[in-house]
Amino acid sequence: MSEEMNTPQEVVTTHEVHHDEHHVHHHKETFITKYIFSQDHKTIGKQFLITGIIWAIIGGLFSVLFRLQLGYPDQHFPILETFFGHWAKGGQIQPEFYYALITMHGTVLVFFVLTAGLSGTFANLLIPLQIGARDMAAPLLNMLSYWFFFMASVVMVSSLFISTGPAAGGWTVYPPLSALGQASEGSKLGMDLWIVSMALFVVSSLLGGLNYISTILNMRTKGMSMTRLPLTIWALFFTAILGVLSFPVLLSGLILLLFDRNLGTSFYLSDIVVNGQVLPNEGGSAILFQHLFWFLGHPEVYIIILPAMGIASEILSVNSRKPIFGYMAMVGSLFAITVLAFLVWAHHMFVTGLNPFLGSIFVLLTLLIAVPSAIKVFNWLTTLWRGNIRFFPSTLFAIGFVSLFISGGLTGIFLGNSTIDIHLHDTMFIVAHFHIVMGVAGMFGMFAGIYHWFPKMFGRYLNSTLGYIHFWVTMIGAYLIFWPMHYEGLAGMPRRYLDKSSWVSFSQFADLDRMITIVSILVFAVQLMFVFNFFYSIFKGRKVTSQNPWGSNTLEWTTPIRPGHGNWEGEIPEVHRWAYDYGKDGREFIPQVEPIGANESTH
Amino acid sequence: MVSDIKLKKFQNSLPSGGAQRKKLHPHKFTLWVAIGSILMMFAGLTSAFIVKSNQTNWKTVAMPKVFWISTAVLLLSSLMIQMALRSFKNREMNQYRLLIGLTLALGIAFVFLQWIGFQQLWDQKVTFTGSGAGQFLYVIFGLHALHVTGGIIALLVMFVKAFIGKTKLYSSVPVQVAATYWHFVDLLWLYLLIFFMIIGK
Ligand code: HEM
Ligand SMILES: [Cu+2]
Repeated sequence: MSEEMNTPQEVVTTHEVHHDEHHVHHHKETFITKYIFSQDHKTIGKQFLITGIIWAIIGGLFSVLFRLQLGYPDQHFPILETFFGHWAKGGQIQPEFYYALITMHGTVLVFFVLTAGLSGTFANLLIPLQIGARDMAAPLLNMLSYWFFFMASVVMVSSLFISTGPAAGGWTVYPPLSALGQASEGSKLGMDLWIVSMALFVVSSLLGGLNYISTILNMRTKGMSMTRLPLTIWALFFTAILGVLSFPVLLSGLILLLFDRNLGTSFYLSDIVVNGQVLPNEGGSAILFQHLFWFLGHPEVYIIILPAMGIASEILSVNSRKPIFGYMAMVGSLFAITVLAFLVWAHHMFVTGLNPFLGSIFVLLTLLIAVPSAIKVFNWLTTLWRGNIRFFPSTLFAIGFVSLFISGGLTGIFLGNSTIDIHLHDTMFIVAHFHIVMGVAGMFGMFAGIYHWFPKMFGRYLNSTLGYIHFWVTMIGAYLIFWPMHYEGLAGMPRRYLDKSSWVSFSQFADLDRMITIVSILVFAVQLMFVFNFFYSIFKGRKVTSQNPWGSNTLEWTTPIRPGHGNWEGEIPEVHRWAYDYGKDGREFIPQVEPIGANESTH
Repeated sequence: MVSDIKLKKFQNSLPSGGAQRKKLHPHKFTLWVAIGSILMMFAGLTSAFIVKSNQTNWKTVAMPKVFWISTAVLLLSSLMIQMALRSFKNREMNQYRLLIGLTLALGIAFVFLQWIGFQQLWDQKVTFTGSGAGQFLYVIFGLHALHVTGGIIALLVMFVKAFIGKTKLYSSVPVQVAATYWHFVDLLWLYLLIFFMIIGK
């Protein structure tokens, strides 16, 4: 064993010969315990991923549908009526349907895909593998975390099939609209199901987050000090802290909403007239909900982006064959972002009549986030600088992530100034900002991670030709879709509007909107191609034959090609160095398990 | 080198993976994080309370006396579980069974008393209509009672196990975790009560 550790190259051959014969835990596994109610973190990660992919297809399809309406407001598509009946009367998306579509698109993508699908997948897969643990601290809670997510999914899907349709108040479900069933179809049963589903989702994310934190702090292998952790783990660690501290606040906000909806309380309601009927509610405050929502909502956007940052850091370093630039600065900026994420929520509320003095404090705190963000960008670029970059699909997606994060982050600085935000709030500019900086960037982080760790997950490679097509179409497409929205927003075009034809000044954007719609359909088709690649490669992809296909330093590549439950066959390897010794002392890479040599230079 | 490997083997077989000299058991640690999370939820609710209490039309609420009794009951139960933990550590299993049973009974009594308090409030015409301290009280105290109920279920499991458990595994960690949680809901209740006494006025 000691020999293997000193010369990791050797491990490759040793394990390759027998990895199919002996697995660590030899107890009998049925199909159900192995694939359904599995407590193996790797299987749970795959469950999160596949569920996330299914959700991404559904959520993406919704956006294609409402883009049809936005690009072709006057056109009739009889096929829509065939599928959706009165929701698309005459082949046109009806207002209620449109609002339900954008609400579900936002909810699904933000929570079910980019939170559960991203964190759930990579925290589960990578934490034990990269810190050197056999499993999570509490595998049972971990399994429950997935099944709560599954139940949340079932409830949310079921809301799509009820006669009044799913929730339709935007993903932020602001009251009073969301609190009053009589106000719209989408505020009826669909809204209750939305709340129940999100409550289950919160439980899922808390169970997961607790586990991630305690596993990272307690279960690291010998020698794996916190400062030797790969940045993926640091990022997932701060993500979990953000989730554990902010999701409960959303839950309390939703509980009050549930009371207002069903039990006649007035936490959020006051002096309202609906359809000519005066409601008795008095003394409530709709702004209160916004505070509770955004106290989660802003951390939530970082819950999405931090894992993507961690994945990008790791992949950029591995594939430029250079150490990550400024490791401690990377950790420090993750920490700073985590702290600041709790202090800026009111920048979503500049136009709610917020006290301008308070507003200016939030402007200051918001703009402060630009500092750690810029540090990270600088370090990614310097990591790439003069590296021997291997342009795998994973590398391209990681570079794409950096590009998108820069473009979208810069517009954040516009919005962070309350004076400019008063003009830009609730326009297409916001849609452009957060899709680039969070939506697409988050997806890019996820794609990069999938391409990079697919061999570890399934013992096979994804097809890279399809991967390159996937990258270039998505990258160019994303900019074509979202960049023009900045101009629409600057011109004052509101977001979430079904039909803008009554404004003459926006008619200049008709062609642009049509272009955006066409590109959206194209990009969506390419995502389906990726999904095909994903499932096809699980069964038919090229087999992985070497234990460490990317020449990577981290621990997951010291496990057998298809690790069993328990991950390592023998003992868990000991760690002797940080994760980023690439291109050091004339060697391309030095795995973490290799002891420091006598004449080795220090980094 | 050989001794080194042996040491490694030994350390790797420890549940925590070895190297880290951790004082805190992972389950206890997880509990503390969970407590932080639950606190955030109540912080959200009580800060909502503060924000709203500064607005016009705010109605205060007169606290039913029965909440004082429930406070005493919960405090007593906290004492019981602490004693139960000590007798468990001393392996006085009969005493442990008795004390854990008493904690359980007091916990159930607490939830019951809260229910009575709610009914008295309701009879004083503090209902769900309107928006004031009363409506918050139902939500906040209700959620607290829900957390106590969670603890009761855990205690019930431990209580049953104390009788039928055949394994002579004297790990006190589960009891410690339960006791910590129980003290937490106790302190949380004191906080909420004092909060309503002072801010709710
Ligand atoms: C330099 C950093 C950033 C600044 C200063 C910033 C600032 C802002 C501001 C002020 C708004 C509110 C605009 C409005 O509604 O009127 C906003 C919206 C938003 N931002 Fe950022 N942002 C930054 C980075 C990010 C990042 C990194 C993410 C996600 C990973 C993100 C996600 C969002 C989302 C999702 C919204 C819109 C939510 C909605 O109304 O539906 N932002 N941003
Ligand atoms: Cu924000």
